[in-house]
Amino acid sequence: MKLKTLSTLVGAVTLAGAAVFSASAMAEDTIRIGAAAPKTGPLAGGAAVTYWPNVELWAHQVNERGGILLNDGERHPVEIIEYDDRTNPTETIRAVQRLATSDGVDFIIPPYGTGMALATAPIFDRLGYPMINVTAITDQTDALTARYDGVFFTLGKTTPLAQGIARLAADMKANGEVGNRLAMVNVADAFGIELAEAARGIFEEEGFDIVYSTSYPPTIQDVTPIINSAQDADPDLFVAFSYPPDTFALTEQAQVSGLMDEVDVFYTAVANAFPAYRNRFGDGIDGVYGVGGVNPEDPAFVEYKEAHMAVTGAEPDYWASAVMYSSLQVLEQAIEGVGTLDRQAVTEYLKNNSFDTVMGEWTFNNQQISNYWTVGQWQNGDFYGVGSFGDMEGTADPM
Amino acid sequence: MKLKQSDLWMGLAILAAFFVLAWLPLAPGADGWLSIVVPITMYTVLATSWAIFSGPTHYVSLATAAFFGVGSYTLALGLESLPYPVLLIIAAILGAIMAALVGWATLRLSGVYFVIFTLGLAELTRQVFTWYQNNMGGTRGSYVFTDLTDAHIYWQLLALALLVYLVGWLINRSRLGFAIRIIGGDESVAKHSGINVAWSKIVLFMVSGSVAAVVGAILAPRFVYIEPSMAFNPQLSFMVVIMALLGGTQRLWGPLMGAIPFAFVWEIIASNFPAQTTLLMGVAFLLVVFYIPNGISGVLIRWYHKARSKPGVSHE
Amino acid sequence: MQMLITGIFLGGVYAIIAVGLSLQYGVSRIMNLAVGEMLVAGAFAAFWFSTAQSLNPYLSLLVVIPLAFGANWLIYRYLLLPLVRRAKTRGQLEVDSILVTFGLSFTLVGIFLWAFGGEFFNYSFLSVPVEIFDSRYGQNRVLAFVIAFVVCAGLWIWLNHTRSGLSMRAISVDTRAASLVAIDVEKSSNFAFALGGAIAATGGMVLSTFLTFDASIGIVFTLKALVIVIMGGVGDIRGAIVAALVLGITETVVARLIDPGLTLAAAYVLFLLILLFRPQGLFGRAQT
Repeated sequence: MKLKTLSTLVGAVTLAGAAVFSASAMAEDTIRIGAAAPKTGPLAGGAAVTYWPNVELWAHQVNERGGILLNDGERHPVEIIEYDDRTNPTETIRAVQRLATSDGVDFIIPPYGTGMALATAPIFDRLGYPMINVTAITDQTDALTARYDGVFFTLGKTTPLAQGIARLAADMKANGEVGNRLAMVNVADAFGIELAEAARGIFEEEGFDIVYSTSYPPTIQDVTPIINSAQDADPDLFVAFSYPPDTFALTEQAQVSGLMDEVDVFYTAVANAFPAYRNRFGDGIDGVYGVGGVNPEDPAFVEYKEAHMAVTGAEPDYWASAVMYSSLQVLEQAIEGVGTLDRQAVTEYLKNNSFDTVMGEWTFNNQQISNYWTVGQWQNGDFYGVGSFGDMEGTADPM
Repeated sequence: MKLKQSDLWMGLAILAAFFVLAWLPLAPGADGWLSIVVPITMYTVLATSWAIFSGPTHYVSLATAAFFGVGSYTLALGLESLPYPVLLIIAAILGAIMAALVGWATLRLSGVYFVIFTLGLAELTRQVFTWYQNNMGGTRGSYVFTDLTDAHIYWQLLALALLVYLVGWLINRSRLGFAIRIIGGDESVAKHSGINVAWSKIVLFMVSGSVAAVVGAILAPRFVYIEPSMAFNPQLSFMVVIMALLGGTQRLWGPLMGAIPFAFVWEIIASNFPAQTTLLMGVAFLLVVFYIPNGISGVLIRWYHKARSKPGVSHE
Repeated sequence: MQMLITGIFLGGVYAIIAVGLSLQYGVSRIMNLAVGEMLVAGAFAAFWFSTAQSLNPYLSLLVVIPLAFGANWLIYRYLLLPLVRRAKTRGQLEVDSILVTFGLSFTLVGIFLWAFGGEFFNYSFLSVPVEIFDSRYGQNRVLAFVIAFVVCAGLWIWLNHTRSGLSMRAISVDTRAASLVAIDVEKSSNFAFALGGAIAATGGMVLSTFLTFDASIGIVFTLKALVIVIMGGVGDIRGAIVAALVLGITETVVARLIDPGLTLAAAYVLFLLILLFRPQGLFGRAQT
């Protein structure tokens, strides 16, 4: 009896040992990729559209191919390790640190949101992880890339993004398609203030008459007074550098009050390019302008969109989603190009090569992508890029 | 005032402990640990300074985030023009002034009004600040580029913790501390014995406000990019209250007993249940209020008294 | 005129939330920091009815009201009553109830996040203009105001013209005296708390027809409701309604004439002024 117990025990231990062994053999085969972004908190809504589905889609597609091809001639599947940073930079710092030191991941997908990304840039830099940022938009990219060797930016800078709509409006004014009177509002949070400030300069330079200008707090409960005040000023253009909840509220109130019909240009910023925006307002937003854009007729984008819908069950947004996915394609191609998991080599490879992405060919210039969409327009249910910085192919004409 | 010998030993022991703690960043593998240790130290300082005011007065302040944000922005705005240590002092002064104003307006009223006012204070400060920034200042002060690492931040927080303990200890020994304990017991008794009730409360609130502002300033370089929604994050106020209550507010060392276990439990929750952190935090809060109303330090003191009284009982 | 109507519409929405809290604080003595989460629960229910079931969101009230009533009844009975019994003083109860309902609000937010995720939610309902005095307003807002009016009026009639309403008012004036005249204080308090919760959830449902919300928006409304209840005078429905309208109009006027960035500051200045010059609130009785 005793002997039997003992032998069972030994058997069990051996089995467990074998299991541990095979697990560690597996772990050597897979490439471990960390991801830390909000699943809760103020930015969770945006991350749920732009960040997480693309991580899921990319991992799914890579593993369907068998994995990333390394120098040993074998394909290594990727394993994603996710943390919720609760939109809190202290948590983000901790999560990235945990990914690097406790989980020992091979690469880390940068956090979502400018603040969260910049808070962790020093850690990426110190631990030698390449950081291909997407949703980090700032005018300080040059200062940051000079400071941090492995930090890359892909979605553009604040000023060109704000200038997108301003330049477009200026062109339309020059052609006599739109009047002179501009109502401009912005959400009083970091990104909104930066955009508004950058845009104001151009608008004034181009001779627009700013008839109404104000800011409002992000937690505003009723935007009716804003829309009413704007309407009283009788503008030809209404430009709002807004965030997700108020992007919806401003649009709805502008429809109700009739402001949207009265102006020639109606523009809202973040979340305008979300599929939810179109699903919410349907045909009512035909002709509405927003920040970002894609070329929805580009076959590469169409293929990406279909895969996105098939794998995640949701439609990608029409701005950052495809860029987010491209950043992961770039990471994959850089790892394959190097052929090992040597992070320093991957960083160098990123700097010196060009990459084939759903957004076209990407070459990092001073660790930055310098051609990107800045303004788009809803046309018959699709969001078309109508203005870009650098040169984007397939720019549509505003309708 | 003469120091008792036991106080002296206690002081030396604390100094020795801080001396040992100060070497922590040089330990092997400290890089990974510092990202837990920095928040623990931060919360210990915040919760201790919170308890210095809220412990004896029973006024629950939810304003920590407001002071913290003011401190963060003081540093971010001034970094280009003023030396770093001066900014810390300015942050402390601004925090104290703000606390004095808020205290003057609300501390004469009942505790509920105070809670409600402080609950909205972070959002109010944030809105007024962003409004000002939007209309007058532009985006200046959003970026904090320094060479300060987690280790530097940790050392500063450690020094601040030492200072907070010293101040707390001095207050306890002073007339002010005596007055506050009477106020906490029964405010009308305090009034009748000639204590300036409102002023005593305001002074303590100023202490806690200026400490929170300095913490905000010290932490700002860690985030590189300062956004209003981060600097004035109301969750911070709540976390501080939870930790102070968990540790217990009756002793100066109580909040420390809250911050350390909380950080480790939190770490386990965050790494194992990334989707349910808010829910579990709420449940933890409920459990603390229902089952350990006097905090961990209260439980420890009870055990200590029990352990001491036991041998005495057996002798009889 | 347009400003006034917009302000009154906003005030109506505030009123429906504030009277719920006023009932809970005035009668049950619970400063309920989780009242905003009740509101969000109502909003989620309406959202689910409208999008997943393609039903009129107002139909969700049939489910929301009884469910919220039941849930709040249970919360008071099992979470808060033990505190009421253990508290030695009113001040002690206030601190305890603030802490517990605060923990509760976090727990509820956690549950919403778990069930629905952290995204923003909205749906379109009656987002068509109607013209009043030459200005256009959303029909969903007009309807919301009508509901708010009905709820407030109903509550008013109940409190002032029925026997059970009278006993509620008696409790809010003096708990001990009420129990002396054979009013079952615990039972009535429990009922008032549950009813207050149900009203808050109704408010949330109404609000969701024009507001984009997410799981953690509740605190914003909790704050507004608290400010209104204190301004109006504790335990006085009339005061809460008037304070809500005053706040709604003030915010709208400030947003229109001064700056939308200063609405909260205006609300706080109003709050402080009232506290400093009339600490018992607009309609409150001076405490003896």
